[in-house]
Amino acid sequence: MSIISLIIKREFVAKVRNKSFIVMTFLSPLLFVGIAAFVGYLSSMKADTKRVAIHDETGLFVNEFLTLNKKNSEYKYYDLSPIDVKFLKDSITNENFEGLLYIPRVSNDKDLENKIQFISNESPSISFIENVQVIIAKKLTKDNFEKAKLDTLAIKNAQAKVNISLAKASGEQSLKGLNEIKIAIGGAFGYLIMMFIIIYGNMVMRSVIEEKTNRIVEIIISSVKPFQLMMGKIIGTSLAGLLQFFIWAILGLAFMFAASAFLGIDASPTAKIPPDVVLAAHQEFAGTAQMYIKELWGLPIATILISFVIYFIGGYFLYSSFYASIGAAVDNETDSQQFLLPIIMPLVLAVYIGFFTVINDPHGTVATVFSMIPLTSPIVMLMRIPFGVPWWQLAISITLLFGTFFFVVWFAAKIYRVGILMYGKKPTWRELYKWLKY
Amino acid sequence: MGNILEVKNVVKKYGDYVALNEVSLTVPKGSIYGLLGPNGAGKTSLIRIINQITMPDSGEIILDGEKLSAKHIQHIGYLPEERGLYKSMKVGEQCLYLAQMKGLSKAEAKKQLEYWFERLGIQGWWNKKIQELSKGMAQKVQFVVCVLHKPKLLIFDEPFSGFDPVNANIIKDEILELRNQGSTIIFSTHRMESVEELCDHIALIHKSNKLIEGKLDDIKRKFRTNSFEVGILSDNIEGLMYDITQKFKVGQTNFKSLNNELKLEIQLGNAMPNELLNVLTQRGQVTHFMEKIPSVTDIFIQAVSQ
Repeated sequence: MSIISLIIKREFVAKVRNKSFIVMTFLSPLLFVGIAAFVGYLSSMKADTKRVAIHDETGLFVNEFLTLNKKNSEYKYYDLSPIDVKFLKDSITNENFEGLLYIPRVSNDKDLENKIQFISNESPSISFIENVQVIIAKKLTKDNFEKAKLDTLAIKNAQAKVNISLAKASGEQSLKGLNEIKIAIGGAFGYLIMMFIIIYGNMVMRSVIEEKTNRIVEIIISSVKPFQLMMGKIIGTSLAGLLQFFIWAILGLAFMFAASAFLGIDASPTAKIPPDVVLAAHQEFAGTAQMYIKELWGLPIATILISFVIYFIGGYFLYSSFYASIGAAVDNETDSQQFLLPIIMPLVLAVYIGFFTVINDPHGTVATVFSMIPLTSPIVMLMRIPFGVPWWQLAISITLLFGTFFFVVWFAAKIYRVGILMYGKKPTWRELYKWLKY
Repeated sequence: MGNILEVKNVVKKYGDYVALNEVSLTVPKGSIYGLLGPNGAGKTSLIRIINQITMPDSGEIILDGEKLSAKHIQHIGYLPEERGLYKSMKVGEQCLYLAQMKGLSKAEAKKQLEYWFERLGIQGWWNKKIQELSKGMAQKVQFVVCVLHKPKLLIFDEPFSGFDPVNANIIKDEILELRNQGSTIIFSTHRMESVEELCDHIALIHKSNKLIEGKLDDIKRKFRTNSFEVGILSDNIEGLMYDITQKFKVGQTNFKSLNNELKLEIQLGNAMPNELLNVLTQRGQVTHFMEKIPSVTDIFIQAVSQ
């Protein structure tokens, strides 16, 4: 067995056997699913019916609300117009009302627009208030139309509704909202790379520091070249990480099957809603969903996946070489902070650019430039790819990434070589520069 | 017998600091060679170069007649001053891993390990983690790792630090046994007295330069001062002292004895020991008469001052 594969194997086994790896691998998906299930459970719980008292002195609106009671709504309205307002105000809490909708008598209907009050002890939800506003406004508008003797039907017919559909020059139709899906896909991959770099880069660094503080490093590099040790470490650790992702993917699929089976049973209550409504909604939904799915298949999936792997390897190796040389330069993790900041910054920057710039203008100057710069390209370019990137840009970006990677590995190996045998002093940037010349 | 190791004009600089200045050494096959000098003299730098951990800026290293290269790694066993092993790895696995790095096949490594574990009485440790062992126990494991690939050249940096006297003796005997089987041993230490009795060759290193190198006996002969320690029981001390000081330089000295005699250190200059003895026997009963052999520390101090 060649020496480097020996090192890779040891690093891999050491990582995988580590208790925290096992716990992380199996517990975090459980935790994730658990939290998701808990949130789902909470939101599926039927909220308590909230009782709302209405004191409508105009008598115009109370019926609008009472008809709502027929629907299975969260709010139940009670017409308490005959009861004195003052008394109501005092007793809403005692009587277990959520609040009191007070519509005062006014001489001019116009005054209603800002005379209506909702009285409650706790501030009501915004959506509820908006809903109430819409109901009252609708009724008022309708009454206004009738007072002005306008033909409501004619007005309804006269109202124009515009829906701009998106299309590419090649003739394919696009859907609105697809950009969000595209950025979600690109973003997910980009974010995955960032997380992987930070988690496993740190692991590489810790493993280097461990060897240094154990003092075993001198024995090892009397047998192998520091470069071999560094590469073995990076590759071995990344394999452990890939295994972890692989397990997560399998677990994820299993959970998805389980969840869909579970949801299939849960979907039955919708049958209570009148069938024609469901059918109409369903058809509309199905139509849109089909178009979305068609669009998704139209995305350059092969390109996305292949470039994910390429950028993943390039980005991870680039950054973990940095991490390895930092680990070699310091004696303990605390000292590593000052050197870690410049590494984390471009990663965070890349994610920000991805989520703020790329989504607005995927082919703008900023997005294009940062998808070329090797430190940010793995994340930014992956976010751009779903929007379609010219192949020459991809080629330049990948060439730059791997060119920088080889340069950085050379540079990191030098610092690593000197650093692993240096003990006791916290190095400065100037010292690191000096090490390059040893 | 040829030389196992030749170091020729090796220079090593760290930035502006010169760690080794044109250092040359010759280590004969089968010798026990002491690389001696105070802390910071450049011993570890030299050892790291021999182990190919770092490269010299200039100069060359010849191992067993060939220019040092990567394939020689398996012929060298190295016990660094700073000892350490993977704390959470099992002893057996760890030794196998390190042996394979030295080029042994897994089967061969296992065979050797079983031999050594039995020899040192540590068979039961195979599945223990290093963190469960005491420091001295871990050092035994490290010793095994260092010797198990049967290297031609063994380098021990501060070999006996950290061992209790019993284990230090066990290790010392094992090292001598390895020498008898044909290995060459290099001891590097700043505690010069600790290896004096073991070494047959030494080199003194001081401030990046080699001061002296050669057979220990030759060096001692060269640095002898023709001084003798004398113990004498005499009734007439004044007369005795008068006679001696006429011919020789006399100083006070001390050595262990059971008599209440006069203890002197006498420098003979160009005279022969018998001349002194003649004077002494006329004046009293000689209880002790021994040439004062310079210790390595004495030699070092003298060499530095020259």
